[in-house]
Amino acid sequence: MADPILSVERLKKHFPTKLGLVKAVDGISLSVAAGETIGLVGESGSGKTTVAQCIVGIYPPTDGEIRFRGQPISRELRKRSKDLKREIRIVFQDPGSSLNPKRTISQILSVPLKVHRNARGRSRTAMIRNLLEMVELPPDEYLHKYPQSIGGGEKQMVAIARALATSPSFVVLDEPTSALDVSVQAKIINLLLELQTKLSLTYLFITHDLSLMRNVATRVAIMYLGKICEVAPTVEFFRNPLHPYTKMLLSSIPVVSEEEKALKPAKILSRGEIPSPVNVPPGCSFHLRCPMKMEICSEADPEMVEVEPDHLARCHLLSRRS
Amino acid sequence: MIAEHGVRIWAALARRRRGLAKGWYKYSRNSLSVLGLVVLVLIGLTAGLAPYIAPYPEHAAAYTNFREAGLPPSKDHLFGTDRVGRDVLSRVIFGYRFSLLLGIVVLSLAVPSGVVLGLLGGYYNGTWIEVLIMRITDVFLAVPPLVLAMSIAAMLTPNLFNAMIAISLSWWPWYCRLVYSVTASLRNQFFVREAELTGASRMHILFKEILPNCFGPIMTKVTLDMGIAILMGASLSFIGLGAQPPTPDLGTMLADGAKRLPSEWWSTIFPALAIVMVILAFNLVGDGLRDVFAVEEV
Repeated sequence: MADPILSVERLKKHFPTKLGLVKAVDGISLSVAAGETIGLVGESGSGKTTVAQCIVGIYPPTDGEIRFRGQPISRELRKRSKDLKREIRIVFQDPGSSLNPKRTISQILSVPLKVHRNARGRSRTAMIRNLLEMVELPPDEYLHKYPQSIGGGEKQMVAIARALATSPSFVVLDEPTSALDVSVQAKIINLLLELQTKLSLTYLFITHDLSLMRNVATRVAIMYLGKICEVAPTVEFFRNPLHPYTKMLLSSIPVVSEEEKALKPAKILSRGEIPSPVNVPPGCSFHLRCPMKMEICSEADPEMVEVEPDHLARCHLLSRRS
Repeated sequence: MIAEHGVRIWAALARRRRGLAKGWYKYSRNSLSVLGLVVLVLIGLTAGLAPYIAPYPEHAAAYTNFREAGLPPSKDHLFGTDRVGRDVLSRVIFGYRFSLLLGIVVLSLAVPSGVVLGLLGGYYNGTWIEVLIMRITDVFLAVPPLVLAMSIAAMLTPNLFNAMIAISLSWWPWYCRLVYSVTASLRNQFFVREAELTGASRMHILFKEILPNCFGPIMTKVTLDMGIAILMGASLSFIGLGAQPPTPDLGTMLADGAKRLPSEWWSTIFPALAIVMVILAFNLVGDGLRDVFAVEEV
């Protein structure tokens, strides 16, 4: 891939807890090309949100490197440059807690403008109005409202406007629609895609909704227990899933029509639950739930192999074949 | 252009008015709180206009008239006179001045310092700053406030001003604790995280993002505490560590009159009732504000 805008190399984030070391993210590598939408998909507890939080700087990673436009960036937020904070933005999952209940929409949107664009007075008001129009909220109606008096979808629109206020190039979307009604979800997704082309943004889209990724992502990465088990361009990913876990996930997407059913791979029964990240199984972390388990799986952790161009997976079945 | 500006200001005022109307609606649902507010306004007016409405304003200072000493309540002296012949009603009216002054000064010293320390302690949760601030707070909280205020007042010259200092010093830890707990719980909220990620200054995060969320609990506690601070001031005066005679302080008057109980009951009962009334009024108002800000428990 030519010139990734953001790349993550062997990123690790371990949290020491009373129960033991939680390996939330355990050595993932990923690169994101400018203008694409990469979908990072996983069950809850797979570490996908921790990846996002390490990238934006909420947590310093335990190990590994994050590069932005080829330059390594600091792990700690306070050492990061102002320009980097302007370039990389995040939209959180729950707009209820990401908007200050005691501040009006206009006050909320003024913070990034004040910090990064040195905007004051009338020009700032004009910018705030533009931002609200961009996310399809009529400014006169919303400018002076407090977050608790608007709906969940509208709150998320405001959060998106706030993220875009600094004119960033890379936006992390941490499950931006999973706290919302399905009808609102579609509206937000469409808006995000529109804004992406208009403002040439790159998205890291974190979700547990695999079927959503079919329409949104250009590439999909599957995470399981802090590791990536498969990365592929979206079309290829849905046509030819390689990892048993991916197959399991795909076959557990609910379908309503026969046509949809035909698209799905052979049914693999989903069994068990994701183990605790405190107590990661030895060898391949998926072997306890894997229907194709072999002897080697409980002993050695497989390496990532490029099975086809741009299609990577981490499974002993595939290492053997190559 | 000017017209447009005017319209905008007008709209802002209308919004503010709507907010106040909503707050008043919540407040007025509790009729006792409304009563408390009325009483408080009356007390405030009485204290403010003391020289004009007290029947014998000169009796507030050092004045003696032994011919009229120890008179029971009558038409000339509604609350009677004390042992040196001063009108008790006049002295109660002036006494409110000092009580309210004490309450206001104590809280305006204790609240800002407690709030700032609480914000810092809560925001730097888990660092040495939190440890330093909160352990000092714990030491202060471990001593009963009246005992602490008494020992501080005893070290200083006994007068009204030093009593205020002593009470303030025993008061800030409660605000520090309150704001600390709110801040520590907000610290990991995503809106605070977001402000940090944006690169907003510490001052902005502490005072514009976090402080407005502490406002409800602080305001409620302030009104509830006004009464208690006044009571504590009166207690210090009662034991001789606060305002000194002839200052017409309600606590000093109580101490004075208590020597002549039960025969000259009026010189004790009326100052005592005055203290009860102001504390009750502040508590009722505090209850009402608690409903307005929907504060769980202070």
